[in-house]
Amino acid sequence: MHFPVRGGVLYRQTGSVKAVDGVDLVIRKGETLGLVGESGCGKSTLGKCIVRLLDPTDGRVVFKGTDLTRMSQSALRPIRQDFQMVFQDPAESLDARMSVGELISEPLVIQRIGTRADRVRRVEELLDLVGLPKTAAQKFSFEFSGGQRQRIGIARALAVNPDLLVLDEPVSALDVSVQSQVLNLLMDLQNELGLSYLFIAHDLAVVKHVSDVIAVMYLGKIVEIAPAEELYANPLHAYTKALISAIPVPDPSVPRKRVVIPGEVPSPIDPPPGCAFGHRINAENYQASIDIPLELKEVADGHWVLNCPCCVNEQRE
Amino acid sequence: MSSSLLEIENLESGFDTERGLVKAVDGISFELEKGRTLGIVGESGCGKTVTAMSIIDLLPKPAGRVRGGSIRLMDRELRDAEPEVMYDVRGNDVGVIFQEPMAALNPVQRVGPQIIESLLLHRDLTKTEALRKAVELLDAVGIPAPDMRISDYPHQLSGGMRQRVMIAIALCCNPDLLIADEPTTALDVTVQAQILDLMSEMQKERGMATLLITHDLGVIAEQCDEVVVMYAGRIVERAPVKELFAEPKHAYTKGLLSSIPRLSNKHKSELRTIPGQVASIQDFVSGCRFCQRMGREGESLTERPAYEELGGGRFLETCPECT
Repeated sequence: MHFPVRGGVLYRQTGSVKAVDGVDLVIRKGETLGLVGESGCGKSTLGKCIVRLLDPTDGRVVFKGTDLTRMSQSALRPIRQDFQMVFQDPAESLDARMSVGELISEPLVIQRIGTRADRVRRVEELLDLVGLPKTAAQKFSFEFSGGQRQRIGIARALAVNPDLLVLDEPVSALDVSVQSQVLNLLMDLQNELGLSYLFIAHDLAVVKHVSDVIAVMYLGKIVEIAPAEELYANPLHAYTKALISAIPVPDPSVPRKRVVIPGEVPSPIDPPPGCAFGHRINAENYQASIDIPLELKEVADGHWVLNCPCCVNEQRE
Repeated sequence: MSSSLLEIENLESGFDTERGLVKAVDGISFELEKGRTLGIVGESGCGKTVTAMSIIDLLPKPAGRVRGGSIRLMDRELRDAEPEVMYDVRGNDVGVIFQEPMAALNPVQRVGPQIIESLLLHRDLTKTEALRKAVELLDAVGIPAPDMRISDYPHQLSGGMRQRVMIAIALCCNPDLLIADEPTTALDVTVQAQILDLMSEMQKERGMATLLITHDLGVIAEQCDEVVVMYAGRIVERAPVKELFAEPKHAYTKGLLSSIPRLSNKHKSELRTIPGQVASIQDFVSGCRFCQRMGREGESLTERPAYEELGGGRFLETCPECT
């Protein structure tokens, strides 16, 4: 099953904000694609375009062979059983006035699946699947900790047996020791249920841990895609290298060789022409990037990088 | 007369609530030497921020108060000090960087006046002289076109720039101690790298001691000389940074270190975890709280483990089940 996305641009009335600027992605069945980047790079927007919480202005989203991009919301509804989303902040994405049982069974109600008795059973099944006690169904989300609430969000997303989960920063708001519990849960569920994940996060170490393939995003564009180990071993784009080296390593005996890049994470309003990252770091060949169409090129098996003259050293180190 | 810049002894801080006293910090001790960086690491509810706020008497009143122990800064007792003494200490002897710059900076005041507020309070400068110093400070913390940025409002600056402004405010009176409470948590990782570098540079230039509070063990490894690990209001372990990572002694420290996803791990490998979560503060047992988390029963829950000095700068809460 391929899930190719060609995302487009979002336009605001006063000008154009290219939140997502010509993105090609493929997610395979049972696979996790990690999408990593800093604030404003467009990763959340891309996630929302894929599940049609936002409507892409250009391009296509093809899911299991069906083009979803321009479907009406009513035509989309039954298909929505096959893909679901898990959000970052469980405190905000769970309705505080619904019981946990009601929260988890809401997708079943919307999709008109099962009788009330069926739904009660399904909720119990799902609570068990995510490691929460059956008694949780009668409680309210605020009675639970952050990690537990995130499990509730995952249970809800799994209620309708989707093939694909889009997870938008699912562990960023959690304590470290709880993060690892939720990450392990996600990996177990993937094995048990054959799920595909789009795992969106800013933390490259977390993303690398759960992903088969990683896409690095900068200012609306994907700058590099590679299998997880390959990306870490052979980063080709200057931004990927900077991202990897910026992460503080939890090991004081490792000598610090941090590449500190100057300047700020850019805003997608009024981006500079050509390669935005080259512009930020005042790269030597920045000017050359302005006139050529910037596209991903496959330079090794499954390893794609933007054909940017200023940020890519084709020599593998 | 001691050599330490900051000495915390048996500090207890808590809050009066409807359900009685809630002790967020339950008897901790540590020292910080001049020019050194001490990291306090722990997860939510461990009491690290309350510890920092206790030092400078910024706990929300009237509910929040230091309840016991001693806080000595350069041999001066700060606990129960007169407000006038604390006004003098804050901003002058101790600079503070808070976690959320948007929350800590006044949103309806331009950045310049916020920087000079401290200068005017603690130094004998005219407003013009103070503004000139503010521009110098903004330059020192790496803000381009500082003379223009002085007139900006906080919302006109990016997250990284706002944090630099906070650092400028914290440093403007050349404090001996810098307290940094999760200074980079709200920042993107490439901006975090810049800010951490800046903090190291500033510390070296000025010979300041730093108390760095964070949940991020990577930041601890890179920035700190010594580390204190807090859990549920207590210190479970303290050691020089290399030793803590190479040879953690407490089960909680070990658990924490092994549960972090590292870039060097094999992808999709199972992460070690610490089961359960921290209990609610009202439910903390008087004994070992990590045993409580691990669902153990017995004496360890009622007997508070002794906090022992092991030599070589190492300290440990010696619960028989956890160490």
